[in-house]
Order: sequence, then structure tokens, then C-alpha cells
Amino acid sequence: MSAEPQLGGRLCICVGAGGVGKTTVAAAIACSRARQGQRVAVVTIDPAPRLAQALGFDELSSEPRRVQTAGELWAMRLDPKRTLDDLIASLAADEGVRERALSNRIYRELSGAVAGSQEFSAVAKLYELDRNGDFDSIVLDTPPSRNALDFLDAPARLMRFFDGRTLRLLISQGGLASRVASRASAPLLGVLGRLTGTGVLREITAFFVAIGGMVEGLAARAAAVEALLRDPASTFVVVSSPRAAVVEETIAFAAQLREAELTLAALVVNRVHEAGAPAPPAGVLEALVGERLAALVGESVHERDARAAADAAGLARLRDAFEGLETVVIPELAGELEDLAALDRLAFYLERRPGASTVGSPSVAQ
Amino acid sequence: MGTIQPPANTTERAGARLLDRRLVFLLGKGGVGRSTLAAAIGLLAARRGLRAIVVEVSGRGDVPRLFGREGEIGAELELAPGLWTLDVDPRQALEEYLRDQLPLRLLADAIGSSTTFGYVAAATPGLRELLTIGKVWELAQHRRRSAAAQDYDVVLVDAPATGHAMALLQAPRTFADAAAAGPIARQSRRIAATLADRGLTALAAVVTPESAAVDELLALRRTLDGRLDAVLANAVVAERFSAADALALRGAHARTRLDDPAREALAAAIAEETLARAHQAQLRRLPSPLVLPLISTPIALAELETLAELLAAVA
Repeated sequence: MSAEPQLGGRLCICVGAGGVGKTTVAAAIACSRARQGQRVAVVTIDPAPRLAQALGFDELSSEPRRVQTAGELWAMRLDPKRTLDDLIASLAADEGVRERALSNRIYRELSGAVAGSQEFSAVAKLYELDRNGDFDSIVLDTPPSRNALDFLDAPARLMRFFDGRTLRLLISQGGLASRVASRASAPLLGVLGRLTGTGVLREITAFFVAIGGMVEGLAARAAAVEALLRDPASTFVVVSSPRAAVVEETIAFAAQLREAELTLAALVVNRVHEAGAPAPPAGVLEALVGERLAALVGESVHERDARAAADAAGLARLRDAFEGLETVVIPELAGELEDLAALDRLAFYLERRPGASTVGSPSVAQ
Repeated sequence: MGTIQPPANTTERAGARLLDRRLVFLLGKGGVGRSTLAAAIGLLAARRGLRAIVVEVSGRGDVPRLFGREGEIGAELELAPGLWTLDVDPRQALEEYLRDQLPLRLLADAIGSSTTFGYVAAATPGLRELLTIGKVWELAQHRRRSAAAQDYDVVLVDAPATGHAMALLQAPRTFADAAAAGPIARQSRRIAATLADRGLTALAAVVTPESAAVDELLALRRTLDGRLDAVLANAVVAERFSAADALALRGAHARTRLDDPAREALAAAIAEETLARAHQAQLRRLPSPLVLPLISTPIALAELETLAELLAAVA
């Protein structure tokens, strides 16, 4: 499809620790694909307003919007609550069921924020976009998971829950909340009642009763989503920074992906500080800017090199752990992401392949 | 070893310090250094003779790693005299809760290990958050669940990234409102009351001086109705050069030939000065930030101690 080799497959899922620039890297990968002639969608999660602005929007919406750039790039943000709402709405048998599920207090207040819902709705969105077939390729940003398995397990967890057994047990008890006080014969219900008190139990039960009729639909969707993640077309790009704390997290994360037999496409190490030429002899600088300033410049160079050395150590550790995997190194770029041009600069590093894997460093413009 | 510049913090702070509270939450975007600062405040607390515990909810074990240790999820670990750490395991918190609520240990264990129950618990929106914050709250009680448990003076929470952190802080209120009566209602109300009490609970935000992080912090501050007891601006590049210096550097750089051995050093200094100036511009957007330096080496105990000293201004 594209003339140049691209980073990752048709579906590209960017994963990694929080704060490494995953969203930005996802956007840059999408930019680069669009420039190569693909019709691309990039799905971001909680993008910084500045990324939206860089793409030319005040904010991204949950509907794909076309970015004014070379090629056909569509950007959207994931709205986990809306995605789950839409899913439930589409599976509900009738208006009443839909309303009861969506207006449930516990669901309403917490569905958008709980662990797992972002993860699940991210892959659910990927599935939906893939099925609609509107795009040649889709780049997905993911929530900053503590654990790769949170993300991968989300469909499976939902599927296990919705396989019916648990729900049948809950629902078959009928007016659950009223029974628990008097009949502790079913230990599960007794415990739930005891633990939660009537109000919460009523809300939780009401929610599960409401979605009871959707069990099969939800389970089928969860199974399809999981199958998509395991499809060879779904490739994972691991994004990391070279900072020591992040490096260990990245390595653990990737080990989980490999163990789950998912397809790792590349490692992107973002914001790497680079060393420069050694400081010149003191006299040279002093002649130019005087003794005091020369000493300060010396300190400045020293700090730059210390940062570079620390990052080089992190990078070496990553290369060691990811031996055999294509690795792209993006240097710390001066300035912040302000516009599409900045995103394009980033995309440039992602395209310098296969040469980029031998990095060193494409040098940064002064 | 990189040198650490003592930053110029001019802000005078009135009011309670972080360590006067029993619960201190460190909030902020991913990657800004919450764990490091939580550990540094913990060291400071321990040095003041308090018994402190740094709580993670990430399952990552970042805090023990700073001390060259390997943590075990769910186990309280002593890192230094007076300083402990715990990575909360929601599953274990659930089991503890069951044991508290159920008369028979055997029954609690049976229920706790029931897969069906596990699914219900995992699928119930917000329950994981409630159990996690419940465990944090329990750590902050002078009368712990078991008599043998450590008694802590202060609990420092390395909260998850902003969205999840709000879910964590909100969970008790939501459950308290939804539950009319019963143990969850009772306990949720007690936890919510502790979190709402500014004499007991401090909220501190960690931010790096970059526009995206500052944007997020300002949004967080609005969400919290301005309730932030400290803003910790982390990894700020030191202002090494005055405005006059910056001009002199640029002039010298412009005069050097491309092959001048000094040229790259000057460019590095100019890049640093530009970044420091950008950081200062971001700092001006923040409400009374405590400025903490960028540390260029991997963080070890010496760096944590330096940070602890600086944090003494607000903690």
C-alpha cells in the first residue's frame, strides 16, 4: 500500500507507561502514514489540548475529524463513557432497558473513570472502526496502563463476567436486595448484602438486571474484540522514555505482551537527550565570553552530557532487553509540540528506517 | 554526577504543612515524578521522627526501586528507619474487608476465593477504587485493622494519573450517596469525611514546567475548586544565565565560525538558557509553585535527600 516500509501493521496500537509521549507518537505515526497516501484514523485518549491544537482543532471530538494536512488524516479522541454507552444502547432490546442501564447511578458516576473501562472501550473503538472499513489503517493510543494485561484482559474480563453464569446467579434471585436480609442461604448474596448495604446493592443489582438481556451481545462483542487484538494485523508499538524508572516498566510491559503472544512491531524511545562534542579547552571559551561566563557554559555542557549519559544507559538497557526488535530513537526536540510542523518533525524520525535502527542519532538542528 | 542547583523559591508559605496532615495525596500527570517526590517527602517525614508510609496503587513498585529494593505487592516494606512503603493490592484489600465484615474467617476465605464473587467485584463499577482508597484510609488510622500492624503518622499516596486519581478520591462520596445504610455506606461516609477535611488530608499536585502538564494542572485545580495545598514544580531547569549573559552568549555564538571548537558548547548553553526561560514562563502560570530542580542522573538516595531538603519548605 505504501511505498516506504511503515512502522507497524494496518492496525497500530501504541502502548507504554504514562508520560512518555504515547499520544504524540501515535499522532506522528498517523501523520507519516497519511503522507504516504493512506487514509488513516488516529484515536487518541485524553489528548493534551495542545495536541488537538497542533492538529488544528480546539479540541478533538469522539467523531473522526479531518486534519488539514498532506494526505488523508482523521483524528478523534476516545470517549470511554460514550463508547460504553453506545455499546449498551446498541445492544439494549428496547428503550426502557436502555434507559434503566444508562441512568443507573453507579454506572453513570463511575463507568467513565473505572479501571478497565478505558481499556475496553479503546479496543472496542478499534474494532468498530476496523469493521466499518472506512480507513486503510488505524493508529490507536492507549491509556497509561499500570499493566499491559489490564488492557489486554479487558475484553476477556468482560467476557468472563458476561458469560452468563454470574449474571444468571444474580438475576435468578429476583428481588435480590429484599431477600438478602432474610435469606443468607446463598452465601454470595448474603455477603453482598452484608458488604454493601441496601442502597448500593439495589443499584448494582438494578444495573446487572438491566443489562441482563444484553449478555450474549456483550459477550460476542468482547470475544470479537479480543480476536482482533490477536489478529496479526494488530501490531503493537511500545513507546518508552530512556529514564531509568520508565525503562524497567517498559521491559516488564513488553514481556507481558510477548507472553500473550501479541505482535510487537517496534520500540520507540522518545525524548532522548544527546551528547555533543566535548567542551573546548577553557581558554577558548574564556577568550570569547570571559572567565565567569566560560565557567557557566562549562557547567551547562557538563549537565547536558550527564543527562545524555543517563539516557544512553537507559537506551542501552532497552536495546539489550528488546534485542532483535526494530528500535526508533527520537531525540529530545527543542521546544514543545505547537503545530503540525512539529508533529511532522517527529514523524521524520519515525520514517528514518531501516537506518534509524542503527541510531546514533539524526542530529538535532541547533 | 550532575550538580543540583539550589532553586530560588521566594514564595512564603502560610498555613498548614503537608506533613501536619495524616493523608497526603500527590496528584499529577504521568511521568512528572510523583513517586520520586512522594519518596522524598517520606524521607523528610522520617527524618522529623514521624513514621511515614508511601503508598503506591500502580502495581509498579517504583518507590522501593528508588531505594534499590524490590517490593512485593500488598506487603508493607521498611525502606529506611521510619519509612515504609506499600503497593496496594485491591484483591487483597477486598479479602481484608471481607474478613472484617464476616464473623467466620473460613466463610470470608471461601467467598474471597470464589471466582464468581471475584467477577462481580471486578465488574462492579468503582468497587476497585473504593477498596483501594479504603486501604489507604485504613493505613492512616491509629487503630489499625490488626493489633500487630504498624501505626503510621502520615500516609503519602502516589496517586495514579489524574483521571484515575479523581475516580479514587470520588469513590467514597459516590458510594456514600448511593448507599442508604449498611457497612459500605457507613465506611464510605467516614472515608469521604476524612478526605474532605483539609486538616486531615492534603492534596498536592506535581507538575513539570511544560505547557501540557501545566494545562492539566490548572484543569485539575478547577476540578478541585482550587483546593490544592501545594504545587510542586518538578524538573525545572536552573536559571544559570542572566538576560545579559544570554545576549553575550548569542553574540559570541554569532561571531564564531562553523568550525570553532567553542561553537557547540555555546549552542548547548544557549539551548539550556532558552529552555530555562520557557520553564520560567510556565512557572508564572502556576499558583505559588515550589520549584524543584531537574536532576540529570538516575535518582538515588543522595538526590532524594536533596529533594527532601527542598520540600521542607511546604512539607
